[in-house]
Amino acid sequence: MSRYVVGRAADVAPGTSKLVIAKGRELGIFNVGGKFYALANRCPHKGGPLCHGRITGLAHSGGPGEYKYIRPGEFLRCPWHGWEFEIATGQSYCDPKTMRIRQFEVAVAPGEELVKGPYIAENFPVFLEEDYLVVEI
Amino acid sequence: MNKALAERETQTGQKLSFVDCDIHPVPRSPKDLQPYLSARWREHAETFGGHVCQGLIGQLPFPRMMAAGMRADSYPSNGGPPGCDLELMQRQHLDAHGCEAGFLVALTRSGMDERNLEFGAALAHAINDWQLHDWVAKDNRLKAGIVVPQEYPEFAVTEIDQRAAENAAFRQVILSPRASEPLGRRKYWPIYQAIERNNLVLGLHPAGLSGGHPTSGTGWGTYYMQEHYGFSSSFAGNVVSLIMEGVFERYPGLKVAMIETGFSWAPSLGWRMDREWERNRKETPHLRQRPSEYLHKHFWFCTQPMEEPEDPAHLNDIFDWIGWDRMMYSSDYPHWDYDDPRVALNFKMTPAQRAAILRENARALYRLS
Amino acid sequence: MMKVPSGSIDCDVHPAVPGMAALMPHLDAFWREHLAERYIDQSPFTLQSYAPSLPHSARPDWRSAKGVAGSDLEVFRAQALDAFGTRLAIANVLYGAVALFNNDMAAALCAAVNNWVAREWLDHEPRLRASILVAPENAELAAGEIERCAGDQRFVQVLLLVMGDHPLGHRNYWPIYRAAERHGLPIGIHAGSTFRHAPTGSGWPSYHVEDSILQAPAFEDTVVSFLAEGVFQKFPGTKLVLMEAGFAWLPALMWRTNRSWRGVRTEVPWIDRPPADIVRDHVRVTLQPVDAPNGEVLNRVIDHIRSDELILFSTDYPHWQFDGEDALPAGLSDAMIRKITVDNPLATYPRLRADANQERAELRREAAP
Repeated sequence: MSRYVVGRAADVAPGTSKLVIAKGRELGIFNVGGKFYALANRCPHKGGPLCHGRITGLAHSGGPGEYKYIRPGEFLRCPWHGWEFEIATGQSYCDPKTMRIRQFEVAVAPGEELVKGPYIAENFPVFLEEDYLVVEI
Repeated sequence: MNKALAERETQTGQKLSFVDCDIHPVPRSPKDLQPYLSARWREHAETFGGHVCQGLIGQLPFPRMMAAGMRADSYPSNGGPPGCDLELMQRQHLDAHGCEAGFLVALTRSGMDERNLEFGAALAHAINDWQLHDWVAKDNRLKAGIVVPQEYPEFAVTEIDQRAAENAAFRQVILSPRASEPLGRRKYWPIYQAIERNNLVLGLHPAGLSGGHPTSGTGWGTYYMQEHYGFSSSFAGNVVSLIMEGVFERYPGLKVAMIETGFSWAPSLGWRMDREWERNRKETPHLRQRPSEYLHKHFWFCTQPMEEPEDPAHLNDIFDWIGWDRMMYSSDYPHWDYDDPRVALNFKMTPAQRAAILRENARALYRLS
Repeated sequence: MMKVPSGSIDCDVHPAVPGMAALMPHLDAFWREHLAERYIDQSPFTLQSYAPSLPHSARPDWRSAKGVAGSDLEVFRAQALDAFGTRLAIANVLYGAVALFNNDMAAALCAAVNNWVAREWLDHEPRLRASILVAPENAELAAGEIERCAGDQRFVQVLLLVMGDHPLGHRNYWPIYRAAERHGLPIGIHAGSTFRHAPTGSGWPSYHVEDSILQAPAFEDTVVSFLAEGVFQKFPGTKLVLMEAGFAWLPALMWRTNRSWRGVRTEVPWIDRPPADIVRDHVRVTLQPVDAPNGEVLNRVIDHIRSDELILFSTDYPHWQFDGEDALPAGLSDAMIRKITVDNPLATYPRLRADANQERAELRREAAP
């Protein structure tokens, strides 16, 4: 594993992302509420350019006709088939070893109750060293 | 990220050499068709515009999902809808993956669903000109589909005869499967005669606009999830009609490409047709074979959107039942449920089977050299 | 085909109303007079889907010189029950009153049918149970009928036809599902149509045989309707029993909806797990017609469904689905036969379970020293 400087923290404002190349890999660097995450730009479903997808929250419902929008900015939708991924962990929301939507209360910290399954978007640790964003691949 | 999104270069992977049986070109705007419309119809389009079987003009009552149902990365950076920019299509798909031939299915502004039949004819004629001049002439990998309004069979026949004689790039005929009558009905037979006579293929692809009937025999759905499902279930009616009305007895050379309809439903429909026909043979004495035999001999299926079993090996059963010689890769570029040729066929198959699906079956069906 | 083991539970048999004279005692004074004055009392109320002359409507050896097949209790006892050694059978009376546009008239006639079934059939034949026939287009009246009949524990299900005004998951119909859930009654959806719409998205097929074949895609659209509308979230006790639907189409439905769910989820966010899982929990299908052509395919289809709990035994008497006593298709293991003929029906119908428990308790009391 080595570390690569991919840009400055100021390059990626909260709620936005930036496509970078590190170790020959395309990565998306995401700023979610001041914390930085890196995801490989390849959807584990069918290889779509994941990091070009819409940064969004979660559509949540307690039953037909009820609509809530929770956890804004914490999710990414693949621009091809629309799969939803939690940016912080790369975990797919609807993967086969599914978790029930009801487990997602607003109070739950990201990633704690997501059931791990085969569909995880490859993610890499991001460190902030002074002003610089450093990815470990 | 929007700029980078639109201009994204696809990572160059291994080039595949494939035939893509479903690509959707879209006019950048109505102006694109004006050179191909007479003054009378240019004026009609301006003053009266389209006249269709739904409540909204210019949008769908079952709106599509993300990014209006398109790959979000296929919106050109210089404006215009996905599918209007040949250069982007080449970069993102045709060149990136090694396309050797791509079949255009021109659905937008095509006239198939226009209630004013003369206007519909003019639009279809224009879209066919547009395909030739704006697409085929600029990239000789592209083949075109002759769009015809099926509710106007006399025009459809002359358009098919003219286009087939005019340019060998026209390999199939595209009409709306959401017709006023099931497609096997006699009203449409002159069209099939013209298709057979010209050695073309009948291409059936889901249509967004109703031809006057709810998508389903159960009525209108509520959510796009249902409308999307209907893109496969609604095809049973037309497949059954074409077979049970004896269209393939009358036109034994007629071949049908099922484009973007899904395919895993086909074997069970074949078994069910056989079962019911067995009991009711006297109602359709013109049939000389079992319905499933007509299904197997006259229908080809595109792979997109591929159904996703929990156990991928189950797809092998479906391919076995339909026939490995009947499946053809399609991308549906630039729509959202696009299938990339490098990963679409990620279940167990032999190299020969993979080659058949990626190109050989389409080459044979469409007689590409 | 194989002989049915004795002690099976038959989940779809069809007693027939011999004529409105049989229903008159079960109508009030207003309706008796009103129907007579308009000569409606001379109408047979037969559904187009089951016109008596159609081959599938009655097996030749089950047809009678006098009266409609299935209308005589003695004959029914011998042919439908004794011949198969059936322990319990669920009667679904397909009376055409549900096709009337006048909701009050339809409701009155359905109530008369339900009363007639209880008095003339259930009271005289302890092996029989029944479905509550309702006309769903006025769901409040239908829910009222469910409430009225639910006290009689021999009514074990609610009966609907698959094709009506709206896909059956539509919110208009929810009072029916609320009432049914409260009483532990599965929703029995039977093949057949009131033809409020053309049976296909492109109009009206020419042949009866096409209508029969196309029941299957109508059932698909129905299942997708229940999924999309969130009926299983709103009424979690809901069980659907799809009758005379076939089932070889189920895997393709599960695979397609599993794939599309991930892209359409934000419009229907109440769907909280893969649709295939929901189907396995909430949807059951009766055995007839067996729409797999042989035992090998049948077992592959069951593998594809990934559950042995979905299929419920049925003869579909007097409809013609098999010959002789061969109601079971070849190729099933003994374990699977046991599941289909006994375990799955008991698991699906709470009121049958209550029966079975009562019987076991009685046997124990008799056996006790």
